[in-house]
Amino acid sequence: MRGNAPQYRLETPRTLADALAKLRAEPGRWRAFAGGTDLMVLLEAGQLKHADYLSLHRIDELKGLVREPSGAWVLGALTTYAEVLEHPELARTFPNLAAAARETGAWAIQNRGTLGGNLANASPAADSVPALLAYDAELELRSASGARWVPHAQFHTGYKTTVLKPDELIARIRLPAAGGNRFHFFRKVGTRRFQSISKVCLAARADLRGGRVIDARLAWGAVGPVTLRSAHLERSLAGLSAADLGDAKRRSALLSALAAEITPQSDVRSTRAYRLKVSENLLGEFLDGLVAFAAGKGGA
Amino acid sequence: MSGAFPVKCTVKCTVNGAAQELQGHPMERLLDSLRDTGLTGTKEGCGEGECGACTILMDGEPVNSCLVPLAQAEGAELCTVEGLPARAGRKVSEDRAALHPVQACFVSEGGAQCGICTPGMLVAATALLERNAEPTDAEVREALAGNLCRCTGYMKIVNSVMAAAREMRAGGNRAAPPEAGR
Ligand SMILES: Cc1cc2nc3c(=O)[nH]c(=O)nc-3n(C[C@H](O)[C@H](O)[C@H](O)COP(=O)(O)OP(=O)(O)OC[C@H]3O[C@@H](n4cnc5c(N)ncnc54)[C@H](O)[C@@H]3O)c2cc1C
Ligand code: FES
Ligand code: FES
Repeated sequence: MRGNAPQYRLETPRTLADALAKLRAEPGRWRAFAGGTDLMVLLEAGQLKHADYLSLHRIDELKGLVREPSGAWVLGALTTYAEVLEHPELARTFPNLAAAARETGAWAIQNRGTLGGNLANASPAADSVPALLAYDAELELRSASGARWVPHAQFHTGYKTTVLKPDELIARIRLPAAGGNRFHFFRKVGTRRFQSISKVCLAARADLRGGRVIDARLAWGAVGPVTLRSAHLERSLAGLSAADLGDAKRRSALLSALAAEITPQSDVRSTRAYRLKVSENLLGEFLDGLVAFAAGKGGA
Repeated sequence: MSGAFPVKCTVKCTVNGAAQELQGHPMERLLDSLRDTGLTGTKEGCGEGECGACTILMDGEPVNSCLVPLAQAEGAELCTVEGLPARAGRKVSEDRAALHPVQACFVSEGGAQCGICTPGMLVAATALLERNAEPTDAEVREALAGNLCRCTGYMKIVNSVMAAAREMRAGGNRAAPPEAGR
């Protein structure tokens, strides 16, 4: 049964300070409402349990995309998928984020859904989340008493849980610049390319210097209770050259190490066995791409 | 649920070119507020963002009106399927048959069957053609990926949009009243 609109409150603070003051004054009463593409679906399903919301759509401090002199990008939490795609330079620097944006929902969802909402909603199947995680994003959490920056890797604590306190908002997302020649890989596997939730998603990147991997990240969606990194595999990749990566023995060792690092489950969207197999295939694709990259441009 | 029910709000916005005040609860779906004003062209299919039947333009961008709470429409420029002819410079009041070229081509190419998806398809296709006058087949399919159709099998919809694109590029005016000349 659809939720009844009159039972909910939706207020529109005009400034960040107003919103944070309200969150502070009545702890736990108000929750954020951004693009509504998760919340309105719950409302429709009669599953929106919480009653009082603050619509963030007027708050300029939560909008905008800025490139810092260091090459890092800082994105307001209200940045929509469409806005990510409208910035060619951002999309070039962080192609996995652009790929995730382009395959999130479809055009109308991309115009409304926000990165802050995707992070705070904390679904393990969220698509921009692995992309941000693999780029070592940092999240600025703001409350009436100030700001704290939290590494993305520490933000999600378990299934649908985060470190966000009831009086805090996600204000900004910071993406540091690459530390070397960067290879990027993003692949979402769902029932169809658009308007489908991931069965498995891999966002990965590897930074190379002098023909060797100096730093790698593999961030997985929908294969555990949270978006997770395969830290052991990441470490195993460090120091490898194109020749090392192309070695068949090494490759199969890397592939067989994956199962210990992810915890896919069977649910309405897929089965554990399918997710495991597809994850292995995605890792294989990533390695193939990385070998080609390291042997070519990245090896320089 | 918290105590007293929140009062209704009045949201000032522009609907199909005219200033409007929409009344309702802030969390009410824009889809319902618009239909309550008599603009029933916007359809509800799924009510959860999946099907695109409720697509309207908000500040020129396609959105699912079933997912937009009324409060967020404050100050926005909204366009529903009823506003498409005027968007193409057609004078609806003088000739009720005046259609946007996208609408005219859905008619001539058989792009509509039962019609439930059609208003959303028309709105999304119009938004595409306003940005991209010469889309490829793949671009049309991507722009309409959030608009589901259970009848046509999509071929005729894509053909209709391609035909509209050609007609708009040629400045074709098939749908306009005769005195507009062609
Ligand atoms: C048809 C459809 C298709 C979809 N497809 C995808 C998909 O392919 N991939 C995917 O990942 N998601 C998908 N989604 C889910 C959704 O679009 C995304 O999660 C989106 O990014 C949510 O952002 P929002 O601004 O709409 O969030 P909202 O619905 O406004 O909020 C979601 C949650 O985040 C909290 N929140 C929002 N902003 C903040 C903030 N700044 N600070 C603190 N808390 C905040 C809210 O309180 C709420 O709990 C889809 C949804 C629909 C309806
Ligand atoms: S009714 Fe809004 S998307 Fe289906
Ligand atoms: S014409 Fe019937 S759903 Fe598209």
